[in-house]
Amino acid sequence: MDASLSPKPERNRLVAAVYDWVDDRLGLEEILAFARHKTVPDHKHSFWYFWGGISLFFFLVQVFSGVLLLVYYRPGAESYESVRQITYDIKFGWLVRSAHSWSANLMMVAIFVHMFSVYFMKAYRQPREFGWWSGLALLALTMLFGFSGYLLPMDDLAFFATKVGLEIPAALPLVGRFITDIVRGGPEVGPTTIQRFFALHVVILPLIYIPLVGFHLWLVQKHGNAMPPAEEEKPVEKRRSIPFFPDFLSLDLGMWLISLNALAILASLYPWQLGPQADPLAPAPLGIHPEWYFMAQFQLLKVFGRWFPGAAGEALGISLFTLGILVWAVVPLFDTRTTAGRRGRTATYIGYAFLVGLILTTIWGYLDL
Amino acid sequence: MSEIHSMESHEAPESPARRSFIQIGLGAVGLGYAGIIGYPIYQYLSTPAQKAAAAGNVTSATLDGADKLPAKSVMMFKFGSEPAMLIHHADGSWVALGAVCSHLGCTVSFEADQNRIFCACHGGVYDPKTGDTVSGPPPKGLKKFKVEVTDGRITVSKA
Repeated sequence: MDASLSPKPERNRLVAAVYDWVDDRLGLEEILAFARHKTVPDHKHSFWYFWGGISLFFFLVQVFSGVLLLVYYRPGAESYESVRQITYDIKFGWLVRSAHSWSANLMMVAIFVHMFSVYFMKAYRQPREFGWWSGLALLALTMLFGFSGYLLPMDDLAFFATKVGLEIPAALPLVGRFITDIVRGGPEVGPTTIQRFFALHVVILPLIYIPLVGFHLWLVQKHGNAMPPAEEEKPVEKRRSIPFFPDFLSLDLGMWLISLNALAILASLYPWQLGPQADPLAPAPLGIHPEWYFMAQFQLLKVFGRWFPGAAGEALGISLFTLGILVWAVVPLFDTRTTAGRRGRTATYIGYAFLVGLILTTIWGYLDL
Repeated sequence: MSEIHSMESHEAPESPARRSFIQIGLGAVGLGYAGIIGYPIYQYLSTPAQKAAAAGNVTSATLDGADKLPAKSVMMFKFGSEPAMLIHHADGSWVALGAVCSHLGCTVSFEADQNRIFCACHGGVYDPKTGDTVSGPPPKGLKKFKVEVTDGRITVSKA
């Protein structure tokens, strides 16, 4: 510790002594020196660097609020009753549940912003291909988190969303039915399905997700933040950067604080609702639709089913979506050059097409309910 | 450390008053957030304890049909949230005692053949008429309740 940190050494002597004791054993100074040495590029697109951190923040909120929900949630036949208790009987239970649901949605928004900003900054190029692929895997797992968590309250929306959602893997050729029966734990969505989804949601997915986040962050650490092509063309001496510690970290934490406030406002002013208990004999409520992050897929399946009646429409819709994901995943192998070129421009156009296509299909989905 | 602080120090010389003002301000904001987040979590986690405390805050318990309890036998019941025992002694008297051992909270048992109340956890022995400690580690006796026998029911209330 140097003098600038402790202007009143007599007051901070104990703190310094404890710090030195810990530092001797864990080498905190080495970590700090490393963190100070690390820099983050500073340019007009730097704002987009925060979105990975914001996604991480909401994930941490999910872990924290999820553990709190685990204290009262009971999977299986009692799941609706336990969520009803959390929402109406347990003090501030409505807020914990609302925060968990809102944070899930905000996390999804942050991840999408992060993904598209990474795409348009061409941060998937060599040597960051694995960053792109691990990120896509994290997005897929996040969607599975969303899908499995949505069933757990077992209200009518949860029931039908899961019923419909499971028809997508069921449409896979040959193995579809088999896989779906295993996932669903029977021919109908019921208590056994909840138990399975619960195991998936709170054990299996976190077990895969957390190490993958670690890998993803380690890659960012290893390769540093990617610069957008316009910045990379500048000579090295014209590029600006700021130290990661404490400058970028404090900005990062500032964004976390803004995220926390946004979450608090949404969760408390717009508490997440609990519908009536799922009844397998009741007809599906009118206007039923999935969460917004599944809307584009839902709409594609719907319109292809309309244009090509029967199983063909569903198969076409799923194939188209799979093809899109495939194209999205192999972009780092297609757009490899760092200098501006035809492939770079093509990749950018593909990005615009995906972004606009996703937004328009989602809006279309809502208009077409 | 110095190269990092150089960013702010070229604007104005660092004054200790300004620094401690900022530190106190940040600390206060941090405490505010900790409170705003901590209070709902505390309430959330303590709801069952609060409900149990409210449910346990009773002054009497009515035991329908307990007057049929044979002599030299015991009936366990809940007084609020705690286990308690109603004993019908050989001499026809009725005694109601808390069944929570005053040592470490195990539930005690009435042993009619030995005419004692025994705690299996650490060997505490109580008097089955008064609830006083006879031997073993319990620091004090069992809770004693008032018993009122009427036709068809027994009412147990706080002494």
